[in-house]
Amino acid sequence: MGLALLVLIWLITLVSTYFFIAKTWWLPAGASAAAGWIDGQFALTFVLMGIVFLAAQLSLGYFAWRYRERPSSPPVSYSHGNTKLEIVWTALTTVLFIGLNLMGSSVWASQRFDAPEAGAVQVEVTGMQFAWYFRYPGPDGKYGKTSFSLMDPSAGGEAAVGLSQTDPAAKDDVVTGTMFLPVNREVDLSLRAVDVIHSFFVPQLRFKQDAVPGLNIHMHFKPTAIGEYEIACAELCGLGHYKMHGMVHVVSQEDFDKWLAAREAEKQ
Amino acid sequence: MATPASVHAHAPQGFIRKYIFSLDHKVIGIQYYFLALSAVFVGMLLSILMRVHMIWPTASLPLLGEIKPETYLALMTMHGTIMVFFVLTTAPQGGFGNYVLPIQIGAPDMAFPVLNMLSFWTTFVAYMVMLAAFFVVGGAPLHGWTGYPPLSAIPSAGPGEGLGADLWITSIAIFCIASLMGALNFITTTLDLRAKGMTMMRMPLTVWSWFITAILGLLAFGVLLSAGILLLMDRNLGTSFYVPTTMVNGVMTWHKGGSPLLWQHLFWFFGHPEVYIAILPGMGVASQVLSTFSRKPIFGYRAMVYAMLSIGFFGFMVWGHHMFMSGMSPYSAFAFSLLTMCIGVPSAIKTFNWLGTMYKGRIRFSTPMLYAIGFVSLFVSGGLSGPFLAQPVLDIQLHDTAFVPAHFHLIMGVAAIFGIFSATYYWFPKMFGRMMNETLGRIHFFITLAGTYAIFMPMHYAGMAGQTRRYSQFTEVAFLQKLIPLNTFITWAAIITVSAQFIFVINLFWSMFKGPKASDNPWESTTLEWTTATPPPHDNFGGVTPVVNHGPYEYGVPGAAKDYVMQTDPPTGTSH
Repeated sequence: MGLALLVLIWLITLVSTYFFIAKTWWLPAGASAAAGWIDGQFALTFVLMGIVFLAAQLSLGYFAWRYRERPSSPPVSYSHGNTKLEIVWTALTTVLFIGLNLMGSSVWASQRFDAPEAGAVQVEVTGMQFAWYFRYPGPDGKYGKTSFSLMDPSAGGEAAVGLSQTDPAAKDDVVTGTMFLPVNREVDLSLRAVDVIHSFFVPQLRFKQDAVPGLNIHMHFKPTAIGEYEIACAELCGLGHYKMHGMVHVVSQEDFDKWLAAREAEKQ
Repeated sequence: MATPASVHAHAPQGFIRKYIFSLDHKVIGIQYYFLALSAVFVGMLLSILMRVHMIWPTASLPLLGEIKPETYLALMTMHGTIMVFFVLTTAPQGGFGNYVLPIQIGAPDMAFPVLNMLSFWTTFVAYMVMLAAFFVVGGAPLHGWTGYPPLSAIPSAGPGEGLGADLWITSIAIFCIASLMGALNFITTTLDLRAKGMTMMRMPLTVWSWFITAILGLLAFGVLLSAGILLLMDRNLGTSFYVPTTMVNGVMTWHKGGSPLLWQHLFWFFGHPEVYIAILPGMGVASQVLSTFSRKPIFGYRAMVYAMLSIGFFGFMVWGHHMFMSGMSPYSAFAFSLLTMCIGVPSAIKTFNWLGTMYKGRIRFSTPMLYAIGFVSLFVSGGLSGPFLAQPVLDIQLHDTAFVPAHFHLIMGVAAIFGIFSATYYWFPKMFGRMMNETLGRIHFFITLAGTYAIFMPMHYAGMAGQTRRYSQFTEVAFLQKLIPLNTFITWAAIITVSAQFIFVINLFWSMFKGPKASDNPWESTTLEWTTATPPPHDNFGGVTPVVNHGPYEYGVPGAAKDYVMQTDPPTGTSH
């Protein structure tokens, strides 16, 4: 029985570890400035926790087999523990866990506490059951007014976010169903939701933030590779949660300018 | 001091007073246990339907037909709710805590037997109200077990958000009341009814774990109860605690000025301690069983007590780690994250001490021990994904992906269930007077341990690859389509593992009537429940009040006649 336990626990441990190390399934390739930081912190945590995982599971399996009761077993050592050892491993785990925590903090802080870089492209994201809309403030750099009374989700586009037709700042606002972003330029994002909570998640851009009714949440990030990335809603929002999907196209600055100009032209 | 002994001079005679509206903590414990057993099968059935729908979304199932996405979400909501409340909170504490705690401290019953009966029957009513949500117009709610408003507050936000959601909240509120009554009873009993010589530091670690769990329950369920009442008011009485101005399906709601995050704060202020309510009794059982079957004193008894106390203490200060992506102040994330990491320390101490208990022991592999070892393995695996999720910066990627259900299913789900299994195989002889079948127990254990890992380890990989939670199917997102083979494997593993649970049920009921008769102390254990008859008489000790002379885990005492010294054995110079 001890041997069977040893074999099963070791097998589970080694097979699980194999798929982590072989990276058969792993984080998708990162395409934003934060990706390197986040992936580095993930890798560090992964290595440290991996060592503890292997040490604990392998010794659990080994002890089960090694100390199984046999006629030849020596009497057990009558011990109620060892205070010195307790202090040592308490101190070690405290340093390990707290240290790990502090190392990750700077990445979190840089995305949230610092203002976005000058010249960041502004985009407002609006989530509603079960679609995403993206608004660009246009050449004036100012978002026009929106209001619930003008909102008509079934109409899509500008009507879906309730864009004012009279506010001068709204005249050049562009509302789309697909997000376009210039590469290597910071994005100053505003997140809103009109009905329930949604979450804007783009795995490859290492970006996730809930969009909450009643809040306007600001966040910034910088895509660093041209490509098309999928948005998946990450907060349960109702029966269509699984299909609340969108696309981010990260393109060159010229292509972005052309695309935006074409949208402005359509609007006029 | 309460004196329930006088109440129990004569055992009740009629069937109804003896088995249905019983005041006997042993009968009530068994009632809780069977309520949880029925709930766990409902919960497992729901999870299998979910897993099948995820892989074969258009399959037509017998009786049910094709499962729709909204039905999937209703199954998911009810799976989570039933498992958390009616299994993981009910079996370890209401079931085993009720049955064993009074005997282990040498008391004739709980401090308040009538309150005890009331808390069981209130739990039963809550369970019925919860199940009723399946059968009303619109069906069960789809807002998930966390019930975040506005989704849970606005009836038009989805199917099941009408009467189904009202029943769901009402059931939880009733459950809270039941748990508050239970918690009061456990705390009073532990503090007031200990036998002579049973000092706090001589209490078995199981008693400590139920005691601390009761304190957590007392502080946490009150908050959930209030939060639930506010949600009911938002839905039915025109208040706006949780809902700001919103438009749902193109129609303005009348709400304004509420905060969706308020619910999240209140819910997780309950929700995080709830995790420990589910797992602490498992820790107690694992400690008791590992020591008994390693034939060694528990390694670091005091450290184990302090570790459980600090887990309970820190457990109330970390709720915000569920909310790093919610729009909560990013500054508070530092505090929540740091405090969460602090919980890793006592958890690690417990693991070291369990390994230290087995080290140089003489391990007997009875089924309770297999499950205790399985508990440690799952506790380690589930625990080590915690430090990933505790870091806000990693939550940017991992929050609300399959990594999270992988983490909490291993640690608060299956590890706690392994604690329940270990407790079942361990105390069954005392409860029913017969032994369970060891061969069936071993087969059940090996399939369940391997199956559990086969289900939940791959969920970590899926989560890292970005698989979002609570998706009823993977057809609409390209990067999720690639994960369908991995998910198909998980579904098959779940079907096999759930099927294997019938081995347990067969063993349980067969042994209850046909198992070999158990002696008073079949495992050669030391604690008080093994000093009395099997099954124990109505007042637990047959009119005798036990006197405690030893600590709870005196195994392998040098110079003793046997390899264990029971807590009631006459005092000796050598043992604690």
